Amino acid sequence: MHEHDVIVVGAGGAGLRAAIAAHEAGADVAMVTKLHPVRSHTGAAEGGINAALRDGDDWELHAYDTMKGSDYLGDAPAIETLAQDAPEEVVQLEHWGMPFSREEDGRVSQRPFGGLSFPRTTYAGAETGHHLLHTMYEQVVKRGIQVYDEFYVSRLAVTDHDDPEDRECHGVVAYDIKNGEVVGFRATGGVILATGGDGQVFDHTTNAVANTGDGPAMAYRVGVPVEDMEFVQFHPTTLPSTGVLISEGVRGEGGILYNSEGERFMFEYGYANNAGELASRDVVARAELTEVNNGRGIEDEYVYLDMRHLGEERIYDRLENIIHLAEDFEGVNPVDEPMPVKPGQHYHMGGIETNEHGQTCIDGLYAAGECACASVHGSNRLGGNALPELIVFGARAGHHAAGRDLGEPEVPTGLGAKSEDEDSLDTPVEPGAVAGSDEDVAADGALVEPREVVEHAVETERQRIETLLERDGTNHAEIRADLQKAMTENVNVFRNKEGLQEALEVIRECRERYQDVAVSDPSRTFNTDLIHTIETRNLIDVAETITLGALAREEFRGAHWRQEHQERKDENWLKHTMIAWNDGTPELYYKPVILEGEDKEYEPKVRSY
Amino acid sequence: MSTQVTEQETETEPETEQESAHQQRRMAEKRERADMRKRAEEELDETEETVRIKVFRYDPEVKGKRDPRFDTFRIPFKKGMTVLDALIYARDHFDSSLTFRHSCRQAICGSDALFINGRQRLGCQTQMSDLDWPVRIEPLPHADVVKDLVVDMEHFYDQMESVEPYFQTNDLPTGKLDEQRQDRENREKVKMSTRCIWCAACMSSCNIAAGDNEYLGPAAINKAYRFAMDEREGEDMKEHRINIIEQEHGVWRCQTQFSCTEVCPKDIPLTEHIQELKREAVKSNLKFW
Ligand SMILES: Cc1cc2nc3c(=O)[nH]c(=O)nc-3n(C[C@H](O)[C@H](O)[C@H](O)COP(=O)(O)OP(=O)(O)OC[C@H]3O[C@@H](n4cnc5c(N)ncnc54)[C@H](O)[C@@H]3O)c2cc1C
Ligand code: SF4
Ligand code: FES
Repeated sequence: MHEHDVIVVGAGGAGLRAAIAAHEAGADVAMVTKLHPVRSHTGAAEGGINAALRDGDDWELHAYDTMKGSDYLGDAPAIETLAQDAPEEVVQLEHWGMPFSREEDGRVSQRPFGGLSFPRTTYAGAETGHHLLHTMYEQVVKRGIQVYDEFYVSRLAVTDHDDPEDRECHGVVAYDIKNGEVVGFRATGGVILATGGDGQVFDHTTNAVANTGDGPAMAYRVGVPVEDMEFVQFHPTTLPSTGVLISEGVRGEGGILYNSEGERFMFEYGYANNAGELASRDVVARAELTEVNNGRGIEDEYVYLDMRHLGEERIYDRLENIIHLAEDFEGVNPVDEPMPVKPGQHYHMGGIETNEHGQTCIDGLYAAGECACASVHGSNRLGGNALPELIVFGARAGHHAAGRDLGEPEVPTGLGAKSEDEDSLDTPVEPGAVAGSDEDVAADGALVEPREVVEHAVETERQRIETLLERDGTNHAEIRADLQKAMTENVNVFRNKEGLQEALEVIRECRERYQDVAVSDPSRTFNTDLIHTIETRNLIDVAETITLGALAREEFRGAHWRQEHQERKDENWLKHTMIAWNDGTPELYYKPVILEGEDKEYEPKVRSY
Repeated sequence: MSTQVTEQETETEPETEQESAHQQRRMAEKRERADMRKRAEEELDETEETVRIKVFRYDPEVKGKRDPRFDTFRIPFKKGMTVLDALIYARDHFDSSLTFRHSCRQAICGSDALFINGRQRLGCQTQMSDLDWPVRIEPLPHADVVKDLVVDMEHFYDQMESVEPYFQTNDLPTGKLDEQRQDRENREKVKMSTRCIWCAACMSSCNIAAGDNEYLGPAAINKAYRFAMDEREGEDMKEHRINIIEQEHGVWRCQTQFSCTEVCPKDIPLTEHIQELKREAVKSNLKFW
């Protein structure tokens, strides 16, 4: 067993920042990650990172834009923290050598981004994430922080107190991918989950193959509620075959969208008579899918994004990166041909419920980054706001886990699973509910005293893996494919009650089928079949919470669109959807949104740009 | 070709009614799966174009895979298909034990550098249509194979980390919100060097690195270049960096064969960077004469 003060699970932007912060606060830190740090998906971010750095801008404006962008579903204290801490964090990245793009005077460049009232998006070419990831990993190397790379964390070691709020996290169990050994990691200070996105729930996503929602699923199963899971961001321009992102910059420079009839549909069919292609992400995504559904898609699947008219020179000058992406990943040269595009899953606003210190309702368990929901993005994330979230909340979680006093948190966590308040809603849980008796669908909580928790968890995990390797049964890939298909068909940009219920049924079937899952590769060496099998279980849990949340929220807010409910309903829905795992059944309840900031209250207004 | 996923009956007699229902469901599922596989194969016969990939296989632990061999998989071809897509198809439809690293599938995580038709390339960045068929896929040469297409990266990481790959400066402004300014020109100068994704293709293609295990290799030297040429680090630090890359197994080993530059998926002018550092090293030595 390994022992450290702080264990960080995941080494993307959030994990690296957390590790550096904990190390600075004097803790002995280790990072446990299924990918080598530089392979993390933060490296794929293109556009930039928001921070109010210049005269004429300030954190309050940034906070205001973020609150409005969230469609008034973000918590003000978390949003204000984001806006306040971002400038110092971004300048610190610069001090760590991050190769930002520069202005004439040598200062960091900033550019305008959707939904921002000031050009406050700092960037490093069109590869901001790559540089951010590498710069922080360099700092981890510099400090000699221990990294266990290619270790898959598959279980949290948590005590089994009845109430989640009484539980404590003492470490994690990881599987050494290289040799198949199951190892315990004990954390005396805290465990920080920074496992990133969960786009693999859908079959078409900009997310990496490794983004399987392991963190939220593990936290959920030990009793931490997940928050606002219905809010999934879909990006309108992704390449159909891979989901690779074609940046908004193409439309910004004048790129045109048209359908199989050669019509410029954004105008032709009145989706956005003023803004056209430059309408906000959700509007464009809905328009594209409507075209396809009305038989005006190409190959019944996508539309065209055309930038040929911009001319070769301008394309090379400003969008060179896009030429490479379209050529390499779609086999299309956008200088001569239009690019096929369709909407794809891009970002998950919801996640593990935390306060603004990264704490969950379980003592010693933290979360930061895309897997967490401190609630800064509400129902819609603004471009350029995820990267500052990683560093701001990564750093705070690291500091807190290492024992630094950050004061009393203002965002409450952990109303617990067993909510009996009248708002609690149980109807969507009906279709095909799972028998609670089966061991594999029950919570991961270990039935032991705190001291032995880690050892017990290691033993349980060893047995689970042994069983998976030895028995014969279903291959996970089929279950995963069916799950992704159901989610893409029914829980996508367009949602309605019937479809959501249908998806829920498929998800429940997948859960049932998963009871028989088996790994056919018997090897202990680099068994990716086993890893993917465990990940599939996590995808099922995450998919279920997304679908339940979407069923429950009978309104249209941010990225969540319901056919039967085409308006924002502030009287009933200024609240967070919470889902907690309770004896084999997901339980749904609500938590009010905090609109009150440090010295002002944010008034919900119509979101128009 | 060994693409058969075996189906064995392992269940014992059912004891309770519940179990029997459970087992019935399982059996039905199995039949359905067998059907699926059959359907997949039929579909394959119907598709107009299929491509064959010959994939290197090896697993030190599994009988029958201890002797390295090649397996051939027949994959339905679609326009836009990459080598990585083909590998994923083979794994998900024929043999779930087929092992390779991948994640971003957009040429940024650096995990799927492979030896494809005799050249180092990223699987996700390489279009099937650009290659001669059948396509031959092997692990990176000059690295130990862990299993199938997965190689041991430790040595590469060690070399990367041996050049102090982190920004070091004594010139930081004191204010927490004050930026340390950098000329646009200087940023342009280091720009290409900062694009490295640690894929190790260059190292694998380098004859010198293959013969001299201690040679820093193109990627690590490029990393040193990235900092040595960044003016924000200052002259003393530059001197220190030049000393590191000038060591016995450093820049002077490079014989300018350009193979690293040729294979780098990020178009980093590696050989040029190495040459430039050689010139810097000569300059700094002259200072002491
Ligand atoms: C294509 C694309 C472009 C984007 N562009 C922007 C942008 O311009 N600006 C912006 O603000 N945001 C952008 N985003 C969003 C932003 O990049 C992500 O939200 C963010 O990078 C997520 O970082 P993370 O640290 O939370 O997770 P990741 O970087 O995904 O890291 C997750 C880490 O967890 C590890 N891990 C996962 N599961 C396990 C496990 N079970 N055991 C051990 N380790 C595990 C992985 O190995 C990895 O190290 C973009 C996203 C995408 C997909
Ligand atoms: S220099 Fe190029 S080939 Fe070498 S590791 Fe970096 S990206 Fe790969
Ligand atoms: S999968 Fe990331 S570089 Fe190819």
